[in-house]
Amino acid sequence: MDNPQEIASSPSVASPPFEAGVKRTRWGQLSDGTIQRLFILPTLVLLIVWNIFPLFYSLYLSFTRYSHSGKLAPVWIGTANYSSLLNDPKLWKSFAITGRYALFSVLLQILIGFGLALLLRAKFKASGLITTLILIPMMLSPVVVGLFWKLIYNPLYGIFNYLIGFWNPSTAPIWLKDYALWSIVIVDVWMWSPFVMLLCLSGLKAIPDYLYEAAAIDRASSWRQFWRITLPQVAPLLLIAVLFRTIEAIKAFDLVMGLTGGGPGNATETVSVALYRMVFQGQARTGPASALAYIVLIIIIAMSNIYVRYLNKMKEA
Amino acid sequence: MASFAETGPGSPVVESIRVDQVTPRAKTGLWARLIGAVVIAAIMLIPVAWMTMTAIKSRPDAVASPPKVFFVPSLDGFIGLFADRSQLGPAELAEYQQRTDLSLWEEQALVRGMKILGPSQFVGRLRNSLIISSASTVLAVTMGLLAAYAFSRYEIPGKGDLLFFILSTRMLPAVVVTIPIFLMYRAVGLYDTHIGMILLYTAFNLSFSVWLLKGFIDEIPKEYEEAALVDGYSRLQAFRKIVLPQAVTGIAATAVFCLIFAWNEYAFALMLTGDKARTAPPSIPSMLGVGGIEWGSIAAGSLLFLIPVVIVTFALRRYLLRGVTFGAIRQ
Repeated sequence: MDNPQEIASSPSVASPPFEAGVKRTRWGQLSDGTIQRLFILPTLVLLIVWNIFPLFYSLYLSFTRYSHSGKLAPVWIGTANYSSLLNDPKLWKSFAITGRYALFSVLLQILIGFGLALLLRAKFKASGLITTLILIPMMLSPVVVGLFWKLIYNPLYGIFNYLIGFWNPSTAPIWLKDYALWSIVIVDVWMWSPFVMLLCLSGLKAIPDYLYEAAAIDRASSWRQFWRITLPQVAPLLLIAVLFRTIEAIKAFDLVMGLTGGGPGNATETVSVALYRMVFQGQARTGPASALAYIVLIIIIAMSNIYVRYLNKMKEA
Repeated sequence: MASFAETGPGSPVVESIRVDQVTPRAKTGLWARLIGAVVIAAIMLIPVAWMTMTAIKSRPDAVASPPKVFFVPSLDGFIGLFADRSQLGPAELAEYQQRTDLSLWEEQALVRGMKILGPSQFVGRLRNSLIISSASTVLAVTMGLLAAYAFSRYEIPGKGDLLFFILSTRMLPAVVVTIPIFLMYRAVGLYDTHIGMILLYTAFNLSFSVWLLKGFIDEIPKEYEEAALVDGYSRLQAFRKIVLPQAVTGIAATAVFCLIFAWNEYAFALMLTGDKARTAPPSIPSMLGVGGIEWGSIAAGSLLFLIPVVIVTFALRRYLLRGVTFGAIRQ
């Protein structure tokens, strides 16, 4: 069957290619309709079983009193979980921590990433190699990154304090204790500024030269060229970067667990970490945790909706 | 020497050159950029370099204060990572020092007055990581390829919505999905099993692989297959003989991205595995030695994780942008 000539000579296969719905029996001669279903079905089934079904299940659990470590079946309690969560100051603190973390890390990433892209946009010796080297951090495992930064921040034998000029360990700041949230922000910025840079670079490289040439002929200052040409042209990609990084910052888990585990106390307890502690540490409050999961989910879905639609628009453009 | 007027430029002039970009000032600008970029790259790679150095430091050097930049390399970190050791008593120590049949590893351990008992837990977890990430990658790419082909070539009712649904599953926070999956797995006996983790990672990588592969397949002109169909190929044959060979680069890039995701994944593995199927990422933080945290071993473990990722970053540099934007932006 592998030889096309042989197939062409057998009359049974020589049918119009795009005629859907024709029933054929032999494998290799399936109709287009069957192929469609056969190709897409496994993907849909897997995604429904592993994503949609669990979400419905946890929606149900969020309205119950339930602990998975106990023997009792879930008891329906209506919206009590939601109302007690929304009145819990600890939860609001988690949201505040997450929000502050997202705001600062995304802001710094945009500034640094865009700056790096402006620096690397010109072609010079080894610019490709240097760009790739700078991209390495974003490919690493966040938990491993968190862990080795923990060593770097260590007040006694870490190098961070030495590098920024604190040579005496007794007077140097203890980063993971006194500035725990900031130390996570620093690592996140280190890891993800290259991502913003990557997006901005592709935006910068797509700006046609003639725009700058025309501006130069009109004697526009380079400052003005930046505001009137560079920034507007890169803006769509910057927006993508902001959306993606914000979603990821709200989900922050791996890095925080690797660096501080939510501590000291709950100073760096982002919503994801709070959720984890609720279910898998302590009293395993599965019901309320499901409710919190749903609150997070709604926020994430709203944001990723904007993001995906925007991506789609980019793709069509 | 012949003058420029006689010989011409020597090589064909393929593009026009703007005068203002070859002036000495512009050239100085390029040099300044190069120096700036090198400095920034160096600063950004300090943590990675420090990790590598810590991995090959001896135990006392790894926690020296102030930190040591110059040191004698040692295998301590790797021994701690791969082997369970115990402290030798004075009598045993003397006996061990007499022995001549020790392996390189055992000799290194002996320098610290220890003997090697056997392979550590980490060896098994690294094996789990390999099994789970490669199996889930194969599944995700195969299923993703089929779905991507169908989405790329057929008019499917509600296609936009389906694709949107597929991508949105990727956006779900791991912790949120884990709670019900944990209960589900516990009920059907998939908790802490390889197959459970493989299927979960497949589901999570699938959305990514469908989107990325659809982008790659969209780039292959439809006309090739149509010609093949006219020549008497069946759809499946056209898919195998025309589309597959042309999509090889895309498939490889997708596979590597899936592999990296599964290789690096932490949250699911932490919450859905116990002892049997636990992968390496959640076990690196819990590596506690005799005298507190064994930084050398942690660094060695991190380094092992780092090396494949760095290689992949270089191999994939042309596709990185596509990868991180689900194939929406092509360079």
